[in-house]
Amino acid sequence: MATVVAAPKHLVMADLKGKVDPDWCPGCGDFGVLAAVQKALVELQIPNHQVVTISGIGCSSNFPGYINTYGMHTLHGRALAVATGVKLANHDLTVVVTGGDGDGFGIGGNHFVHTMRRNVDLLYIVMDNQIYGLTTGQTSPTSRVGMKTKSMPFGNIEAPVNPISLALAAGATFIARGFSGEQKHLTELIKQGIQHKGFSFLDVFSPCVTYNHDNTYQWFRPRVKKLEDDSAYDPANWVAAMEKSLLWGEEIPIGKFFERTDVPTLHGAEPVLNAGPLVHNAAPIPPEVSRAFIEELM
Amino acid sequence: MKQTFAIGIGGAAGQGVATPGDIFAKIFSRRGLHLNAYNAYQSIIRGGHTFLTIRTGPEKVTNMGDRIDLLIPLNQDAMNRHLGLLTDGAACIYNADTIKPSAAAHGVQLCPLPVSKLADITRNKVAQNTLAVGAGLSMMGIGFQALEEVLAEQFKKKGEAVVAENVAIARAGYDYATSNFKPFGWPLPMTENRYAVLSGNTAMAMGGAAAGVKFYCAYPMSPSTGVLHWMAAHARKAGIMVRQVEDEIGVVNMAIGAAHAGVRSMCATSGGGFALMSEGLGMSAMMETPVVVIDCQRAGPSTGVPTKTEQGDLWQMLGAAFGDYPRVIAAPLDIGDCFKIIPEIFNLADRFQCPGIVLCDLLLSEGRLSVDPKDLDFNTMIDRGELVTSANGAPSEDGTNGAYKRYRITESGISPRAIPGVPGHIHTAATDEHDEDGVLISDEFTNPIKRRAMMEKRMRKVVGIEAAVPLPELWGPRDADVTLIGWGSTKGVIEEACEILSEQGIAANQLQIRWLVPLHGEAILDILKDARHTIIVENNYSGQFARYLRSENSYVPSGYIRKYDGEPFMPHHIVEAVKEQLSGTTKLSVPAHEIMV
Repeated sequence: MATVVAAPKHLVMADLKGKVDPDWCPGCGDFGVLAAVQKALVELQIPNHQVVTISGIGCSSNFPGYINTYGMHTLHGRALAVATGVKLANHDLTVVVTGGDGDGFGIGGNHFVHTMRRNVDLLYIVMDNQIYGLTTGQTSPTSRVGMKTKSMPFGNIEAPVNPISLALAAGATFIARGFSGEQKHLTELIKQGIQHKGFSFLDVFSPCVTYNHDNTYQWFRPRVKKLEDDSAYDPANWVAAMEKSLLWGEEIPIGKFFERTDVPTLHGAEPVLNAGPLVHNAAPIPPEVSRAFIEELM
Repeated sequence: MKQTFAIGIGGAAGQGVATPGDIFAKIFSRRGLHLNAYNAYQSIIRGGHTFLTIRTGPEKVTNMGDRIDLLIPLNQDAMNRHLGLLTDGAACIYNADTIKPSAAAHGVQLCPLPVSKLADITRNKVAQNTLAVGAGLSMMGIGFQALEEVLAEQFKKKGEAVVAENVAIARAGYDYATSNFKPFGWPLPMTENRYAVLSGNTAMAMGGAAAGVKFYCAYPMSPSTGVLHWMAAHARKAGIMVRQVEDEIGVVNMAIGAAHAGVRSMCATSGGGFALMSEGLGMSAMMETPVVVIDCQRAGPSTGVPTKTEQGDLWQMLGAAFGDYPRVIAAPLDIGDCFKIIPEIFNLADRFQCPGIVLCDLLLSEGRLSVDPKDLDFNTMIDRGELVTSANGAPSEDGTNGAYKRYRITESGISPRAIPGVPGHIHTAATDEHDEDGVLISDEFTNPIKRRAMMEKRMRKVVGIEAAVPLPELWGPRDADVTLIGWGSTKGVIEEACEILSEQGIAANQLQIRWLVPLHGEAILDILKDARHTIIVENNYSGQFARYLRSENSYVPSGYIRKYDGEPFMPHHIVEAVKEQLSGTTKLSVPAHEIMV
């Protein structure tokens, strides 16, 4: 992510409070994610006007309205494409993309894969509740087989996508999973994700208390095991990360699965940006250059 | 009638039709001659049939014309297809070893080249092409030196030996023609002028660079890909970030993201890709983030005929994205205008913070035209509108005393636009309906009063856009027997049809529409109120512009000329259709395309 510059004023939690309060259902996992993002920004002391929070559409995509940073509440599934444009136009900005599992892995699946392989320098947080909430309870790409919803009342027969394995295969350079019931742990992952130079993917179990009665806080709590507690686990080992990503059941790993720092970011790999962010370069094309462009045609 | 000379080169894709075309184009433009080139081809990399027409002359050449003076068939198929098009005074140069002519019309000169005698065809696979170029130039009365120079440039990278070999082959063809074939009756003149020769796609890309575009992205799609190619090749020199994206949905969203962050941002596609971009245009309108999208029309529907031209996307543009929103739609009139229109539409999009659409088509995108280099002016006026790029240096006083409201309700409907990174102007831009402060009104509490106020604020920008866009004008004599109405790329061919009609005693004038939205319907009514006979000419099946005009101002013309076979109009198509309609035989003419491509 962008270099953290000294804040002109000390940032406190109140500075990051949005213009309105969240309209999420009481008990929604997304509250925990919002608080963790605000906390991470305070701990990192990134000036809030240097941060852009970008979302798609869905319950969790209302996120930018609830935090006092620059925000874009875009189209369903398109947040990562928009965010890529923002980052390439002004790579000094810290870009945080937020959304849900339907937004990111369903309608936005194509952009998810391609933004990862491009190593766009941003943090992508998916508030994964394994259900479509804002449309009142349909099967999502991460709903488990057998789960009954309004769109699959006799139980889901389709295998879910595995976001962590998919991110590993697509070339994301920072991959982690959090749980909104583990605030401190989640805040730490968000901080690492913002600081990582490249595409940071953070899948967060963010239970839907209204429509998902299978994957609840109570269901997750005994199952989640922090990778950080296993001193033998090496997040630089891609194969080990892939193996861990397949675990689901009595034990579900959370924490940092994978990180590599040797891949250039998209904006870092493009010499056009050597002179600094595009947005600060308002100079017209020098006359000798435009003359040469015309000369080529003569 | 103005003097022109047209060459048709036909062959299979991969046979090297383009190279002789490029050589002729360079020689003509350096001779101070204007030219227009159109390539009829198919979606195939090797094989099929490609037919390139290059028409040149001392005055502006706006279209492919009606006549071929020199035919160069590179295979038997091309000979069979096109020899019949030649009339008195024309000539056909061909490889006598491999191609046999069929019967030619009276006065057509057949010029067989003994290719294997004149060149070592085991060494040089395209010797027949080079020989034909040399022979043709001799017959046009152009000195050999011009060709020698162009060949030296063309093969410079391959080394002196290759240059020498090609010059020798060209020379053999040139000399053979001088002693064996009759020169053309009209030796090509020379002028002091020098022109740039470029395609509409190159012109639009360069127009973008001149407009200060800093971000360009695209997904390859014919016939728009040329814009991407120019941008990619010149990105580093022009300081433009160019990206190839996974699909057109990604394209438009990425472009809007970059635009939102504060740079001028552009993308191009064709009808199918544009369909995918539709939702994104609505986002641009709702967030009030300007973006310019170029649609290079090809024959539809669906995959359609990817390599053929049509003006069939108008209603897709008019209906793109749901809901009512302000936007600008412009159709460039020729390849020079492809350059000029881009800075113009960016200024409008930036001022009014709305999407701008350029409705081009294959004919301009992939056609080539000689343009006076002075008309490719990079020193163009740039108006970024009310853009706030620093906390204390706002270009316009927003009067908020620190309480910045991104969507402040104003009389013009324009609210100062702060870009991310500016202290004190934090806000969220949303695709949901929002209030002045950017707060959503669609989720928790909807509010009919706020919704109405925001709709009216955005739509008030339309008044400003209408005032900023010039009125259409009638060209030609005030008093005419017939008024031809067209839009976009048909400008040149209609203009020439008007000239031919006038020479034949039928006074004709032309109303060519460049700005489609806003249309200025009342002004059009005013222009047409005294017209005796009006005909709408367009390259589509249903008369999309005619229907649009009628929907805007209830105007019904006397008749229609339409063409939807994938090929562009030729002047005689229009001339004959006008005569047919003036005689009262029909109100709808659909000219048949005689060239089989």
